[in-house]
Amino acid sequence: MSELGHGHEDEHGDDHGHHHKQTFITKYIFSQDHKMISKQYLITGLIMGFIGISMSLLFRMQLAWPGESFGIFETVLGKWAPDGVMDADVYLALVTIHGTIMVFFVLTAGLSGTFSNLLIPLQVGARDMASGFLNMVSYWLFFLSSIIMLSSLFIESGPASAGWTVYPPLSALPMAQSGSGLGMTLWLVAMTVFIASSLLGSLNYIVTVLNLRTQGMSMTRMPLTIWAFFVTAIIGVISFPVLLSAGLLLLMDRSFGTSFFLSDIFIQGEVLHYQGGSPVLYEHLFWFLGHPEVYIVILPAMGIVSEVMAVNARKPIFGYRAMIASIIAIAFLSTIVWGHHMFLSGMNPFLGSVFTFTTLLIAIPSAVKSFNWITTLWKGNLQLNTGMLFSIGMVSTFITGGLTGIILGDSTLDINVHDTYFVVAHFHLVMGISALYGLFAGVYHWFPKMFEGKMMNKNLGYVHFWITAVGSYGIFFPMHFVGMAGVPRRYYENTAFPMFDELTDVQVLMTVFALITAGAQLIFAFNFVRSIFYGKVGPKNPWNATTLEWTTELKHIHGNWEGAIPHVYRWPYDYSKTDDNGEYIIASQDFVPQTVPMKDDEEELHH
Amino acid sequence: MNTFLILIVLVLVAIAVWQMAKIFELSQTNSSNSEVATDKDNKYNGYLMFAFLIFIYGITIFSFWKYSKMLLPEAASAHGGEYDLLMLISFVLIFIVQTITQALLHYFAYKYRGEEGKKALYFADNDKLEFIWTIIPTIVLAGLIIWGLYTWTVITDVNDEDDPIIVELYAQQFNWTARYAGDDNVLGDSNVRLIDIDKANILGIDEGDAYGNDDVIVKELHLPVGRKVNFKMRSQDVLHSAYMPHFRAQMNCVPGMITEFSFTPIKTTAEMRQDPDVVEKVKRTNKIRAEKAANGEPNSDPWEYDFLLICNKICGKSHYNMQMKIIVESEDDFNKWIADQKTFGQSMAVAE
Repeated sequence: MSELGHGHEDEHGDDHGHHHKQTFITKYIFSQDHKMISKQYLITGLIMGFIGISMSLLFRMQLAWPGESFGIFETVLGKWAPDGVMDADVYLALVTIHGTIMVFFVLTAGLSGTFSNLLIPLQVGARDMASGFLNMVSYWLFFLSSIIMLSSLFIESGPASAGWTVYPPLSALPMAQSGSGLGMTLWLVAMTVFIASSLLGSLNYIVTVLNLRTQGMSMTRMPLTIWAFFVTAIIGVISFPVLLSAGLLLLMDRSFGTSFFLSDIFIQGEVLHYQGGSPVLYEHLFWFLGHPEVYIVILPAMGIVSEVMAVNARKPIFGYRAMIASIIAIAFLSTIVWGHHMFLSGMNPFLGSVFTFTTLLIAIPSAVKSFNWITTLWKGNLQLNTGMLFSIGMVSTFITGGLTGIILGDSTLDINVHDTYFVVAHFHLVMGISALYGLFAGVYHWFPKMFEGKMMNKNLGYVHFWITAVGSYGIFFPMHFVGMAGVPRRYYENTAFPMFDELTDVQVLMTVFALITAGAQLIFAFNFVRSIFYGKVGPKNPWNATTLEWTTELKHIHGNWEGAIPHVYRWPYDYSKTDDNGEYIIASQDFVPQTVPMKDDEEELHH
Repeated sequence: MNTFLILIVLVLVAIAVWQMAKIFELSQTNSSNSEVATDKDNKYNGYLMFAFLIFIYGITIFSFWKYSKMLLPEAASAHGGEYDLLMLISFVLIFIVQTITQALLHYFAYKYRGEEGKKALYFADNDKLEFIWTIIPTIVLAGLIIWGLYTWTVITDVNDEDDPIIVELYAQQFNWTARYAGDDNVLGDSNVRLIDIDKANILGIDEGDAYGNDDVIVKELHLPVGRKVNFKMRSQDVLHSAYMPHFRAQMNCVPGMITEFSFTPIKTTAEMRQDPDVVEKVKRTNKIRAEKAANGEPNSDPWEYDFLLICNKICGKSHYNMQMKIIVESEDDFNKWIADQKTFGQSMAVAE
């Protein structure tokens, strides 16, 4: 970066410690320190994840044992489960809120929010985010929106239950469904606040990456994590405002009698006044965010996996430039494929052809990424730490889930599997499970950086990974078959269709796997909480990584580096680099930190 | 059965907790151990990676062996054969790629597990390799895209060639109604504002439109085999989706607009019931239902195979039970059946 900017940074570093008298409130609650904010994001995200996953267990039990009475239903759902039998309305509510929480609150805020905040300043060499204050506001808006979303669970008419996509008219008309009353209003308010939070966060990430890189940290010397967070933030800024407008128009249709999305409606014995709107317009607006959103979820996971994989393979990531190019290609394509969610919405079939074309193009950069990850493992010296296992697991589920995208992205083949369990299986593997694996990889890998050198217990981590890995396939692999048998998603039970009778066994199998896998997450929760307090303190650079975050002291200080900010002289992937004689660049050390200047005779071996 | 499964889950969870506690204990006693993977950890997890590859193949084979018979039977529409073929080819491609990539990924994870002192290969990029795996997916996908788009264009081209029969599918929470265009094969104008419950004009057909008089409104969809059907879909309240899985047909029903889909049924219901796969499926299902009946459970009447129209877009509380039976029969049977139905004009005359 510019010399000028850098000089200023140094000054800031020198007088460090004089004006940072912190109280409990400024340190732990209204903190402006990116490291604390990242922890706030992570812990809020994990709590939301706990709630979201618990909901899925409830409706999975209903699917496996339809109409069965369970004590747990009565306990948790109260009047919505009379005599312990789940009500059909609350089933839809659970499905809806599960989707909303997992996509937005866990995998957007919990994943991108946590790691963008933690890693962007540390890995580009900045004292903090460009605006610590906006960053703090961003977190607290996220917190507020979580509270509003959760509060909708406790109201008389129940939370939003029109599916996480909340298509009108179902979501617009309170008489269409009990959840479309106050619950839907709260959903929209919560999402509005969430979008504000996301935008503040994203703008901050973009500015920080562009302006606050330390000297020598050119764009092509940034770790892939930063590239992923940076591009994610850009697509967030482009697409979230469109969801906001969709939400506001929907709010107006609901509250002020406008007809943006509604027309010709006769419900419960009367004709409504709406005329001229189109639900298809809402679908366009929603998916203009909705599709980039899945990449907002998966790109940070890809970045984390690339970084963790290179560190633990003790090899440079294969095809660094291709990885960046594919991140950018995916981001670009992600904004022009939204129509593949709408092949059967009644839009012009020709438009469907265009979206099929762009959608299948996305498979190309995705394939490049997968092959590059596999090649990164080839001839490595793989340190199978928990973070590494989750990274390998992520590549596995990403491939398995991604391949079925070729079916769904093809408008012809979509006809018969659209909105069936085939779709559910596809996106849970490719973005749900994969992004969660990315999250876990990140938590295990950067836990020492978050909690002042304390490390998570590796054996518990191994148990957590292996149960989760087996369980995830156990849940979602058989699910493809349920979808291809024609079972629609969002059905409270399938008993009205004898043709689905024999699939009940598959449902039972998936539910049992789901219960076990969710149980394994308790191991993680236990390990996480315990390690915060009693985790073993490891060395400053426990994984022998080259990136800047490991040059900071274990003890957190506001400003990250005690003295001057380190300069950067090389790319972040000089693992196992040797000179002409086959000796490591630094004797008896298989990695060269970014802060080490190039030797005179050293060649830059990557493009 | 259910209690048994719950017990299994509880036992497994208990084992998991116990194992966890034990592992934790072990990891505590040996305090010199750091939390960074050792050669031993690499070895065990490397082997497990290999085992996991076998697990992935295993669950794939298991699912195919156990579940592929439960999938939808052969398509009963003219375009369905092409659909099924394209699906098959796509699946073959997917499984080739899946088998190879998962093998490489997990085998490498096993083969190159870390050992103290081993040197990794510094291999940052290789233009040739990257070119190869950019260009191969591009070519394969181009093939799939072209074939897919060709089929898509054919399927979605709703036209009036070949004397199609015009049928309206009308969706509301939570049932379906069908309207035949009658002798003139033109549907009468309609709008939700013309719905008159007192006169049982539930579809809002314009009584002043002469085309509507011969329209036939029914709650069970009959189709003549071998004749093209052009469906016009409407919804009166929220989004629904008319999903006819046996015909590889689906289209959303959107309030405020008329959507279309067209197909030609090629098998009668009676023929479908003779299909060996279907016979087997019915036998399996009725066995399950007999067991249920023996236990006095609901939904246990013996089942006869039928084509169905089901709702596939979340539409409210009873979304899970919004269906209409479809009967495909010979042209003669169809003509006989429709002649017995009252026309819209007749029912309005009665209501006057």
